[in-house]
Amino acid sequence: MKLNNTIDERPCALLTSVASDSHTWNLVYLQLVLEELGFRVTNLGACTPDELIVDESLSMEPELIVVSSVNGHGRAEGIRVVRQLRSCPELAVTPIVIGGKLGICGAADATSLRDAGFDAVFEDGAAGHSFPSFVRSSCARAA
Amino acid sequence: MSVSAAPTTHTSQRPAGAGFGQFVARSHGSGQLVVQPRMGMSDPRRMRAGLLATKHAAATTVGTITVDSYTRVGDHAAASQALADGSDLNGYPIVSQDAGITRGVLDRVAAGDFPVQVRHGAARAQRIVAALVAAGLDATEGGPVSYCLPYSRTHLRDSVLCWRQCCELLMAPRADRAQPHLETFGGCLLGQLCPPSLLIAVSVLEGLFFRQQGLRSISLSYAQQTNSAQDAEAILALRRIAACLLPDVEWHIVLYTYMGMYPATRRGALLLLRESARLAVRTGAARLVVKTAAEAHRIPTIAENVAALETAAAAAAAAARSGAEVADTGIHAEACALVEAVLDLDPDVGRALVRAFSLGYLDVPYCLHPDNQGRSRSYLDEHGRLCWSEVGSMPIRGISAPRGAARMTSADLLMSLSYVQRTFDKKGKSWRA
Repeated sequence: MKLNNTIDERPCALLTSVASDSHTWNLVYLQLVLEELGFRVTNLGACTPDELIVDESLSMEPELIVVSSVNGHGRAEGIRVVRQLRSCPELAVTPIVIGGKLGICGAADATSLRDAGFDAVFEDGAAGHSFPSFVRSSCARAA
Repeated sequence: MSVSAAPTTHTSQRPAGAGFGQFVARSHGSGQLVVQPRMGMSDPRRMRAGLLATKHAAATTVGTITVDSYTRVGDHAAASQALADGSDLNGYPIVSQDAGITRGVLDRVAAGDFPVQVRHGAARAQRIVAALVAAGLDATEGGPVSYCLPYSRTHLRDSVLCWRQCCELLMAPRADRAQPHLETFGGCLLGQLCPPSLLIAVSVLEGLFFRQQGLRSISLSYAQQTNSAQDAEAILALRRIAACLLPDVEWHIVLYTYMGMYPATRRGALLLLRESARLAVRTGAARLVVKTAAEAHRIPTIAENVAALETAAAAAAAAARSGAEVADTGIHAEACALVEAVLDLDPDVGRALVRAFSLGYLDVPYCLHPDNQGRSRSYLDEHGRLCWSEVGSMPIRGISAPRGAARMTSADLLMSLSYVQRTFDKKGKSWRA
């Protein structure tokens, strides 16, 4: 961590993949998008174990958690992760979203992801409202 | 010499002889580009069907078993659970699957005239290598840097230890005395936006690491980037450096068809695949790992893989190896400077690689791994050539003229990442007209 005299007052977003997903371009891109929306971003990088996501979420208390996965295992692992996050009282109302290529055979079942605890699902190629507009409406402090 | 003209007789013309490297060398010697799919299925019957379809394609082919992502990250319990549930994985779970079943998948398929490579992407690959050796295979790929930085959270020093063990496992004595083969993924790294000199340097350095661990049959990778003249210069530079530094091992160059955002149109995808096949022939690369026209949309079917292999083989057969001079823009000099600076750090290549990353002598742009300094940045110029905007502490400042960093926005990044997709989709449209 860098020492800095000025306090960074930007809202904080936690950006993560899932444990089995090694892709990172999606994370590099989303970090820039979130920064442009006014967030300070902690980018956990590739292959993030469940416990790391939970630990970082609890210690950072982010105003937004973004899960991005493109290897086709996002549905199964996303459900597993969001259940653990939602079981922590501190994270009960934190906006948590998931997006990417979430199923092996095309579109994953967005309803099951929402039922498990995600506030929004951004399936690659699926119609729906955009990620920036969701962020602006859900996080009061976003740009 | 057209391989597409005579699919039935072609298989019988396959050169005999054990070993992946030998097969590729003999094919290269007889003017055939070896083409290879990326396929991997969780169901053993489908995996076998995929290998058979690859073997019988109208092309000079080698087979691929790509492992699933649970196995890649070492979560063998999840892979076993999926096998027990009968749920689909995105590859073949070679560790969790019974070795007898894997031998059954390969039985009368894998042979001297059809070697099979296991592809995985794991930084800690010991169990995968042990499993492939137990199944009677002897060819795989990866490397301490190239399968660590882009794809894992493993520390580089641990990855180097793991890959020393992987090399040892791969060289276990064999009854058929075939030379085990290891390919470095160093010329691919994140797949996109890495200027060629660094791709070449990591490819060569990992090749030297394998050689120091005792491997004598090696392939050096390079992934097709964004400008074909720059790619040709890069592959010729890689060959020159390899010839100089690996005089006593069997080696060849493997080219990867573009690994980034793939053209969304079928015509655009085919044009890009054909261009990669011509690039391979023109520069003397011996093997091509192809992509399918379905790539932008989903995991391809067996038939789509075969179509890609045959398209690439036909384009290769029609292409001529070029004796023409390639303009020298400094790629060879930059790559040499990187390789020499790293080799000077320690006589042991593994230790030298760890030090090189901590000093920033090697610094992969846009790589999020904590052991990568992350001070280098790259951009595409108006001709689509990859250039440095920041070189960080890499010892190439006098050779390269970094532009300096204008801050890249998310839109700029997306434009760079989608450059090839847009260019080839557009070419595909005008081609039809």
